[in-house]
Amino acid sequence: MSQPTEVDAVVIGGGIVGASAALFLALRGKRVALLERDFFGSHSSGVNYGGVRRQGRPLSQLPLSQRAHEIWGDLRAFIGTDGEYVRSGHLKLARSDKDMASLAAYEQATRGFGLDLQLLDHRQLRARFPWAGDVAVGASLCADDGHANPRLVSPAFAFAARRAGAQTFEQAHVNQVSHDGQAFVVQTDNTQRFRAPWLLNCAGAWAAQLAQQFGEPVPMRAGHPAMLVTEPLPMFMDVSTGVEGGGIYARQVARGNCVLGGGQGFALDPATARPGQAAILEILRNAAELYPPLAGAQAIRTWSGTEGYLPDREPVLGASSTQPGLLHGFGFAGSGFQIGPAAGEALAQTVCTGASSIDLTAFSIQRFQSQPQPQPQLQLPATAVRSGTDNVIPLLRGRSNP
Amino acid sequence: MNTPIPHAATTVIVGAGPAGIRAAQTLLAHGLRPCLVDEGLRGGGQIYRRQPENFKRSAKALYGFEAAKARAVHATLDQLRADIDYRPETLVWNAEARVLDTLCNGRAGQIPFKHLLVATGATDRILPVPGWTLPGVYSLGAAQIALKFQGCSIGQRVVLAGSGPLLYLVAYQYAKAGASVAAVLDSSPFSAQTRALPALLGQPATLAKGIYYRSWLTAHGIAVHQGAHLQEVEGQRRVSGVTWQQGGQRKSLACDAVAFAHALRSETQLADLLGCEFTWSGLNRAWLPSRDGAGRSSVEGVYLAGDGAGIMGADAAELAGELAALTLLSDIGQRIDRARSVELQRQLEAIQRFRQGLETAFPFPEDWAAKAPDTLMVCRCEEVSAGDIRQTVAEGHWEINRVKAMCRVGMGRCQGRMCGLAATEIVAHASGRDIASVGRLRGQAPIKPIPFGVEAEQ
Repeated sequence: MSQPTEVDAVVIGGGIVGASAALFLALRGKRVALLERDFFGSHSSGVNYGGVRRQGRPLSQLPLSQRAHEIWGDLRAFIGTDGEYVRSGHLKLARSDKDMASLAAYEQATRGFGLDLQLLDHRQLRARFPWAGDVAVGASLCADDGHANPRLVSPAFAFAARRAGAQTFEQAHVNQVSHDGQAFVVQTDNTQRFRAPWLLNCAGAWAAQLAQQFGEPVPMRAGHPAMLVTEPLPMFMDVSTGVEGGGIYARQVARGNCVLGGGQGFALDPATARPGQAAILEILRNAAELYPPLAGAQAIRTWSGTEGYLPDREPVLGASSTQPGLLHGFGFAGSGFQIGPAAGEALAQTVCTGASSIDLTAFSIQRFQSQPQPQPQLQLPATAVRSGTDNVIPLLRGRSNP
Repeated sequence: MNTPIPHAATTVIVGAGPAGIRAAQTLLAHGLRPCLVDEGLRGGGQIYRRQPENFKRSAKALYGFEAAKARAVHATLDQLRADIDYRPETLVWNAEARVLDTLCNGRAGQIPFKHLLVATGATDRILPVPGWTLPGVYSLGAAQIALKFQGCSIGQRVVLAGSGPLLYLVAYQYAKAGASVAAVLDSSPFSAQTRALPALLGQPATLAKGIYYRSWLTAHGIAVHQGAHLQEVEGQRRVSGVTWQQGGQRKSLACDAVAFAHALRSETQLADLLGCEFTWSGLNRAWLPSRDGAGRSSVEGVYLAGDGAGIMGADAAELAGELAALTLLSDIGQRIDRARSVELQRQLEAIQRFRQGLETAFPFPEDWAAKAPDTLMVCRCEEVSAGDIRQTVAEGHWEINRVKAMCRVGMGRCQGRMCGLAATEIVAHASGRDIASVGRLRGQAPIKPIPFGVEAEQ
């Protein structure tokens, strides 16, 4: 067998986390190989809703999310395209006074993180966003959040990594990973071999297998959000919109199409998924209540993807506790698109300097070890917000006809 | 009114064309009461599409030589409909597990099934030319529907272009109905049709009809140009003429309507959503749901018949519908006439040989992609040009779903039903890859657009 290609780091997984890790490593002069089983950004990084939002994230993620916000602000410089990114604002609707109280508590808890949330009562909401349905009693606006086209942005991180000098490979399924005492040896189906002291496990919903191989099993499950898009409509929705407590989220792209999500799909096979028929009907029946201009519009396409979820809906991000040189970055629970570039950068920093400039303790894989090692507990500010405030709270799970 | 039992495991047929109707007849004859779901108003499919009830043209006027067959298919449906669960004007827009999602009169419904016969038919295969999005340009099939269903001509002075048997049939039907056919532009050269004769002679009656249409047109002074490649449809706000290339010469003609297509393409989205495996068909130049000789798909309980599983025409569809129904019956342990099943397979094989002859007679214009100018709009829903697709290929993309993700081709209202094959041709040509290796657009629900505000079925 031929000699393996020697590099400084091998990244497994060409989604937005792996591709941005490869980009930041290449920009720092590291030799890096980025290996993607399918096409870059073709799974959850590329088929997600396209929300680029900080609002609604757990406080633990906000430092990284703020850093990501800076990267997004300079997106064209990093990846050579704006990927239809707009800082439209993210509006989170409350359907009850209780939900409004949750939004107020979140606003309170996140002060100091730079989100600049504005709470809108019913009158302010009507005045500012007259298209919002009357079921909304109020809302919280994060004016600098926005949305982008994930189909374009996520692959563009990989292409940018390539331009920066990374070796990038699509259709490169990794079938074997070993460690020879000094370095990892990674082999693909097409008999490519790479040897590197650093290995980045950014394999998304499929990352658990590699973690397991190095003695770090994680209870990951796959989620499949149901997504739907309309034909182009007259422009009416000038923000990306979600619903407190979960529900149908929506944005309108410059071409006029509205992209909506809500509910769950099901896996067709390990790599592909489809929205559940009940979830599609749920969106078609109920979206107009939240977004009345959708009444009578036509849905032209639905889709889903495969996202990795850990029980606490936090990612695993940072060093392995069992294998020096191994870094993990996966399990973003349907909220990895905005934060992905900062997660990739944090991994690259760990390779280059031994540590990330943003503390990753909350995301350590050690939290899933049965014998917990003594670790400093991350102190989070007390908050009335229930966990899992992100947009991907399923309305319906799994196949609609069991 | 027949109120179906909501969750009874039923045998369902999708499509009430010649394949679906013969399948329903066969199942009923063996004691099954199938559910026959059809998007159309009155059944019959496309080639035997029926006119509205208050239209009184004769079958002979509507279907010409095929009048007897059309009448027989329609009569069969009329006899069956009281005894089966017939659901016209019902779109099947999705399938999941063993349930079909339907839309009828703005209401969403579901039909569970245990066995399903997919007879979804075909649409025109469109190879766009500059100007094809002008008002006044139709597909050949659409031009035929306008005439057959509504008794309308698409224009005062009509040019029909492309290739395939439908070209001559539509030209004949238009001229016979009194429309002014300015010209027929057949991209296939006369030599190809001569070369195809041995294979075509296997179905002498069908061949004779083709020759008859051709000679009738000539005898009635209608110009038929062979080896004539439609180059452009001209016009500002609507069609004013066409330009074509023939033997190195550029020719043009004034007209106010154009219908064009290069044969047909199978409607395979439902089979795709059902999880059927696909195989490449060189003859159809398309990925088609795999089926065995008896009509079984790769998915247990799902059967395929008619043009939706590969273009073979209406006669074959009737045979294949009956055959697939017999296979289904046999698979569930019913006694069937095995000799009949064998005979149907034999007849289908003979038609298949004829079909190969047709492909020789009306060859796919393989140079279409090379000649398509960069400015040509390939995907009219998303306004993606041939140049946009080539640019995407130049950036390293070659798999059709990936190209779609990058430049939006096939992402619009038609979901690639109109532009998908043309886009695939351009990708294959621009990437230097074999057409089969470019892949096929993955089916995604809804098969056709569905509205917000759908209500649940009562």
